[in-house]
Amino acid sequence: MPKITIDGKTIEVAAGTTVIQAAEQVGVFIPRYCYHPGLSVAGNCRICLVDVEKAPKLQIACNTPVAEGMVVNTTSKKVTDGQQSVLEFLLANHPLDCPVCDQSGECDLQNFYMQYGRYDPRFEEQKNKKPKAVPIGPTVMLDAERCVLCSRCVRFTDEITKTGEFGIFNRGEKAEIGLYPGKTLDNDYSGNVVDICPVGALTDRDFRFKARVWYLSTAPSVCNGCSQGCNIDVHYVLDRPHLADGARVMRLKPRYNADVNQWWICDEGRYGFKSADQDRIEKISLKGAVAAWDIALTQIATAVTKLKAANQLSAMAVIPSAQLTIEDLYAVKKLTDQLPGVVCTAQVPPLPGKSDDLLMKADKNPNSAGVALLELDKTPASSIIEAAVSGQIKILWVIGQDLVKLFGEEKVKQLAQKVELFIYQGPNTNKTSSYAHVVLPASHYLEKDGTFINVQNRVQRIGKILPALGDSKADWQIVAALAAKLGLTAGWKSLPELFVAAAAEVKPLNGLTYEKIGQQGFTV
Amino acid sequence: MAIRKRELTFWEKLYLPQIFSGLKLTMKHFFVNLFIHMAHRLGLMKNSSAAVTIQYPEERRWLAPRLRTRHRLMLREEGTPRCVGCMMCETICPAKCITIVAGEHPDPNVEKYPTRFDIDLGKCVYCGYCVEACPEDAIRMDTQILDIAAYSRDAMKLDMHELLNPTLRKPLKECELKFPHKCAIHDGKITGSWDAVYGKGPKKSNQFESETPSH
Repeated sequence: MPKITIDGKTIEVAAGTTVIQAAEQVGVFIPRYCYHPGLSVAGNCRICLVDVEKAPKLQIACNTPVAEGMVVNTTSKKVTDGQQSVLEFLLANHPLDCPVCDQSGECDLQNFYMQYGRYDPRFEEQKNKKPKAVPIGPTVMLDAERCVLCSRCVRFTDEITKTGEFGIFNRGEKAEIGLYPGKTLDNDYSGNVVDICPVGALTDRDFRFKARVWYLSTAPSVCNGCSQGCNIDVHYVLDRPHLADGARVMRLKPRYNADVNQWWICDEGRYGFKSADQDRIEKISLKGAVAAWDIALTQIATAVTKLKAANQLSAMAVIPSAQLTIEDLYAVKKLTDQLPGVVCTAQVPPLPGKSDDLLMKADKNPNSAGVALLELDKTPASSIIEAAVSGQIKILWVIGQDLVKLFGEEKVKQLAQKVELFIYQGPNTNKTSSYAHVVLPASHYLEKDGTFINVQNRVQRIGKILPALGDSKADWQIVAALAAKLGLTAGWKSLPELFVAAAAEVKPLNGLTYEKIGQQGFTV
Repeated sequence: MAIRKRELTFWEKLYLPQIFSGLKLTMKHFFVNLFIHMAHRLGLMKNSSAAVTIQYPEERRWLAPRLRTRHRLMLREEGTPRCVGCMMCETICPAKCITIVAGEHPDPNVEKYPTRFDIDLGKCVYCGYCVEACPEDAIRMDTQILDIAAYSRDAMKLDMHELLNPTLRKPLKECELKFPHKCAIHDGKITGSWDAVYGKGPKKSNQFESETPSH
């Protein structure tokens, strides 16, 4: 274990650690363009220069392994002069079109210029012209002029996705980033090259010109696109409704989690945020007419009480979805437990989904493990659908499931005629909601707090990021309101209480609280 | 802080002399105005003005050229806005009166342009930060228009039509802008086309569309 001193701070690090990693451990930031912790070391941007004692020249921190007794200085005149010169060189051919560049505001050329540059430019010659605004794939736009040739994107497609679309072509000042002939950047992780690009060479076509990055607010969450549960940061705007036709969520970015997704996220998840603003159910619909919560819930409660009085509760079924949080599912389970005879199951036939070895999972539900843990996967939902079509079910309550997608439109059409009360509860309109007698608006998952359990049995917390749209309420609140109408006791009043109650009852979750889960999740 | 009143002098305390000196000034204005206005009516003495009154709106006061007045957006040669939709002005605006929605410009060397650019003059504080922040000299406050009044708050909002052509006044009847923009006259729908600006034929943006750059 070699000992190293960086800016007067001594630390013992594992052998093979590079200076830039050691510096990170002692809290010294060294600028970098080509170095990325998730990729191999290229050492070609030269901005991470540090002064190593007894070395004649400045060394690059990203490719210098730590040696015993090494003394490193990152702030000396020699270092700052070196970094300034490197920056001047990198910016020599940079077009400086920051006003129209989407990276502006989160650009490392801007940041490091303000931090380490601040030189008087000496470059008076004509700047090189290269292709600008080239769509190189469905998600990514290339501007070769802005590129500093750090080769992060090349290494990403070579090492992470192993698709190898990117290459650096030509030599010297004419060198430019591009795709190999005949290729398009259409792999499932293409959006990540935008994140790792330290400058504005690769920008997101979906986010392009929607907003300036300094308008965005950030909040941590977990992707609900599949059972992997990648950690994400949600970038949203609430105070500028004219942007992107009133959309609130502007983009998603991966959030580092060493155990789940590291630095990456798939494109399916990255662009899966549109459901927060599009096709939302905002009002309660009671047989096609807009109603208030109280009226709708009273009507449902009356129907349930009627069944209960007739001792026919087995003619009621609830189909919640694995898109719901643990809290929602637990609330539904508790409610149905208090109505003996009612069937509650989230066991639906799996839909075909893309999967691979990196992050994408075929199961597109974020909380399938939670469903299993709460033992809501015992009865197959298909048997309920069959019973409903044959007229044995009087009340069918579907929470967030698209039955049309799962069982076909014909079946849903039939059961909507047979079932006396067909309730659909969910955040977005779909074909199932169009057949339902009562449509209850539920909050989108970005509008509510809760937890998901991913495929690795890791409990991860999502947070309430956006205000609930329209009349929508979180699923557990709707369930609690209905339970109150039915005169059933819930035993909890707030979400943390609800989670503690669920954790006390479900064995693997015993003793778990929101504080314990934290930002990075907790494996059970 | 106590405010000390000035003591009146003996002459002022006599009262009547002050009354008469005031009346003298009033009478002077009265007779001068009477005479000069009559002369003006007869077409004489055009060069000497009567009282301090300016015959607004026929007659306007001289305004300093640097005075910050109503905004205008500058044009490129082909009639599209010089603005690149960078939203610097929207960002710096302390009154938050600027609304910009950006779109894709067919020329990759321009890239971005505003499809919507509104200024709510009911909110504007005329600080001029937008002009200073603009990297393209696309917005100026030199129209020398000060008479901004409207019957409703909505009418105080200027959109791209009025900003690109300061002579326009609400209500606007026809849209003269050729390039695609969110047209307030057409219910906020995207109106116009780049073909109308650059003519038909291969657009500049198609240069690299659906093909990889040549090496």
